[in-house]
Formats: sequence, C-alpha cells, structure tokens
Amino acid sequence: MAVSGLVMLLYLVVHMIGNLEIYFGAGEFNAYAHWLRTVGEPFMHDEWTLWLVRVVLVAAVVAHAVSAYQLSRRDIRARPTPYVHRRRRASYATRTMRWGGIILGLFVVWHLLDLTTGTVHAGGFQPGHPYQNVVDTFSTWYGDVVYIVAMLALGLHVRHGFWSAAQTLGVGSGARDRALKTVADVLALLLTAGFIAVPVGVMTGVVSWR
Amino acid sequence: MKLTLRVWRQKNARADGAMATYEVDGVSPDMSFLEMLDVLNERLALDGEDPVAFDHDCREGICGACSLVINGDAHGPERTTTCQLHMRSFRDGDTIDVEPWRAAAFPVVKDLVVDRSALDRIIQAGGYVTAPTGSAPEAHATPVPKPVADQAFEHAECIGCGACVAACPNGAAMLFTSAKVNHLNVLPQGAPERETRVLDMVAQMDGEGFGGCTLTGECATACPKGIPLTSITRMNREWLRATRKASDR
Ligand code: HEM
Ligand code: SF4
Ligand code: FES
Repeated sequence: MAVSGLVMLLYLVVHMIGNLEIYFGAGEFNAYAHWLRTVGEPFMHDEWTLWLVRVVLVAAVVAHAVSAYQLSRRDIRARPTPYVHRRRRASYATRTMRWGGIILGLFVVWHLLDLTTGTVHAGGFQPGHPYQNVVDTFSTWYGDVVYIVAMLALGLHVRHGFWSAAQTLGVGSGARDRALKTVADVLALLLTAGFIAVPVGVMTGVVSWR
Repeated sequence: MKLTLRVWRQKNARADGAMATYEVDGVSPDMSFLEMLDVLNERLALDGEDPVAFDHDCREGICGACSLVINGDAHGPERTTTCQLHMRSFRDGDTIDVEPWRAAAFPVVKDLVVDRSALDRIIQAGGYVTAPTGSAPEAHATPVPKPVADQAFEHAECIGCGACVAACPNGAAMLFTSAKVNHLNVLPQGAPERETRVLDMVAQMDGEGFGGCTLTGECATACPKGIPLTSITRMNREWLRATRKASDR
C-alpha cells in the first residue's frame, strides 16, 4: 500500500504542477501536452515515455487496490462482533480511507473517459487539444462538482496516506512525527488547491476559450 | 451512587450472548470499577444468580489481567487499567455499557472473559533472549547506555492486556507486538535474535487472525501504559531490516 501509494503521489504532484500551465494559455498548455508525448526523444521513441509512465501507474493502481481489498477483508474478519456501544473514532481522514479510496478509483475511471479517451466528454472532444477539452469539462456544473469533490477526497486520502506510508516504511520516529504530519498536511493542501485551481479558473472566466 | 449497568452476558464460547441490564446501588465514588462489579456480583450470588465473569488479578494496574470495554472505551474513560479506574470518573445515575474485548483472535470464554492466549503465543514465537539460566548475571557485565535503557523500559511497560487490540477498529495486535519486539531488540541482550524475533513474532501475529494496521492510532490512545504509536513504526523498520538481511543470506 505504501510503495504503490507513494508512486501515485509522486505522479500527482507532477500532474498538478503540469495542469497549472493552463493559466498560461492554450498555446503553452497544448505544447506541454505535446511534450508529454515526445519527452525522452530521440532516445525514447514517440510516446514511449508516456506509455512507460502509464504502465507504472496502472501497476501502482492495481497493486494499491488489490492490497487495499486484502487488507480490508482481513480487518473486517478480525472484528466479527461489533461493539454495542459505538463511539466516533479517529480523525475524519483516517475513517474515510476505504470509501475515499473507492471514490477516487471511480473518479480516475471517469477522468480517463472524459479527458483521455473523450468517451463521456461534454461537447466535441478534440484529441490533441486538451486546453479546449478542459474548458469544455469545467463549463458544465457536474464537471465542476465531480472534480472538486474528488479533489477534496484526494486531500483527505493523502493526509492520512502519506503519513501512514512513512510509518509502514519505518521512516517515522517520535522526534520526526510532527514534521511528517506537517509534510502530509502541506502535500494534501497543495494537491487539493492546485488541482481545484483549474475548474475555479474556468468557472471564474480566467481560463476561457479566448 | 446509583448506576444502571448494561453488561454482556454469555454462558460459554458457543452460546449466544446479549446485553443484560442491572441496577447497582450504594456505589462509592472511591470504589474501583472492579469493586463496583464485586458489589453487583455479591448481590447476584445472594439471589442465586450467576455472577458476571470478568478477568482480574493484581488490581493495581501492573499485571494486564483486567479488561472490559466501558462505554466503548477499552479500560474506560481514563488512561489507566480498569482495575485502577475509579467510580468518581462517572456520575450518579449514569448508564454504563460493559462489553468484552472484541476480536476474532480473542474468543469470549464467558461473559466478559476472553481468551487472550494468542498474545502468549506471539511472545513464545520470539519474546525471549538466549541467556544462560541460573543465577542472575553481574549487572555491569553488559553495559547499556542510558538512552537505550530508557527506550527498552518504555516498551517494557506493556502489560499485555490487549486493550490495543480491543480499541483497534481492525482488531490488530501491532502495538502489543511492537512493544515486545522493541523492548528486546534495542538491548544488547536481545541482539542475537534481533532478526528472527521480529520476523517470527510478526508471522505468529498474522497467523493468529489479528487484523492489519491502518495507523488509526486508537491503540496508543487506549493503551494504559502509554506505549507510543511510533513503536509500530520502529517495529516496521526492524521487520524491513530483518527481511533485507534474510534475503541477503
Ligand atoms: C520466603 C519468603 C518470600 C518468598 C517466598 C517471596 C516470594 C516472592 C515472590 C514469588 C514474588 C513475586 C516475584 C515476581 O514478581 O516475579 C515476590 C515479590 C516481592 N517480594 Fe517477596 N518473598 C518472600 C519474602 C519477602 C520479604 C521478606 C519481602 C520484604 C522485605 C519481600 C518483598 C517483596 C517485594 C517488594 C516484592 C515485589 C517485587 C517486585 O516489585 O517485583 N518478599 N516475593
Ligand atoms: S501495548 Fe498497551 S494496550 Fe497493548 S497490550 Fe501492551 S499495555 Fe496493553
Ligand atoms: S487487574 Fe492487574 S492490571 Fe488490572
């Protein structure tokens, strides 16, 4: 869970920073998207790097989901009889890891169908013109809602997930605990804010067709 | 004080259990929680009823025999053992729910008594040192630096009560196991089995049907001895180190 989670987290940080290029206009954003397909050339053939990243990511997603499933099954089996007297436990981020993870998994499917394949895209999907496609998506109310809700879920998931991964990998200690928690909070906040900045940009008209 | 108790009653391991309600009168705020249960049991015995079975031994917070989930909290509302919890932590007229530790690895034996021998088997798997038996060795023969001794003592405080398992939403025994592993792994006396200890104890823990850790931190909050959550981190570090070393060989 820890290693696959950190792989995805690293990808998300890069992805978030890349997305912010949308604020510099269609030319720059589309050029960035084009660069993603040619990066590493001439050593790497066209799209090789992109596909390498995709393969690693799919492996990480599958590993993360499979281990989450196994862990959850084991955890549920370990407490067959619930307590009669229940009380709210742990923090919100901690309690929502399972459902938050499922929501994020569904979001990723939606997101790929929306902006990679264009299957569920609102308006005419134009391959190779991600700027226009992004503006399309965030011009619909449900596009904004889906993305913003998912990014809030992402922030919560990362908040508990990053710190937990550090514990699983044995990196934490009493003295370092506060620092690790702070890094987790900052990462969660930056990712959420950075990703949400895109739909907000479109909604406020800062990012638009013209 | 006058209290309403709702207590888990279960005849034996195979029978179905249920919460039963009792009124207990004449409780002094200075009584411990177990003394309050003694008052109830005395009356039940006089009425010819089966007294409520619960575990206890030292009643001074050091043996780890007592248990009980009180109003959803393992060992009740204070950071101490149930035997050292006093009735002044409750208010006159309160209704108090009393349940056994709940975990697949801790089957109910009767009422509030559960079988915690799974923890003993984790100890048997590696919670020992290879030391010559017989008379105690000369204390200065193996110097232990003060910070190391402090770490060992911090983990050695674990009394093996199992409240960490009871409080964990996953029924995991990571805090207990990590306390026991770290206690010996930081000391020079524990060095010969440093790798096998952590690997064997974790394997035994997994085999006993405890859940997996999701770092909720409920264990460290419930622990009457204040074993810190970072104890688990340290055990993970030891486990990864031992796994690497084993694959090198
Ligand atoms: C023949 C006489 C005695 C026998 C058979 C005996 C036996 C024991 C035993 C079996 C224990 C428990 C050890 C353990 O926890 O592993 C113990 C603990 C203790 N005994 Fe004795 N004892 C004797 C005399 C005394 C005397 C005379 C004193 C006081 C001057 C004493 C003071 C203590 C104390 C303070 C402890 C607790 C030690 C601790 O904190 O672990 N004992 N004894
Ligand atoms: S770690 Fe704490 S709660 Fe768990 S068994 Fe030891 S003393 Fe009890
Ligand atoms: S009875 Fe010994 S710790 Fe509570």
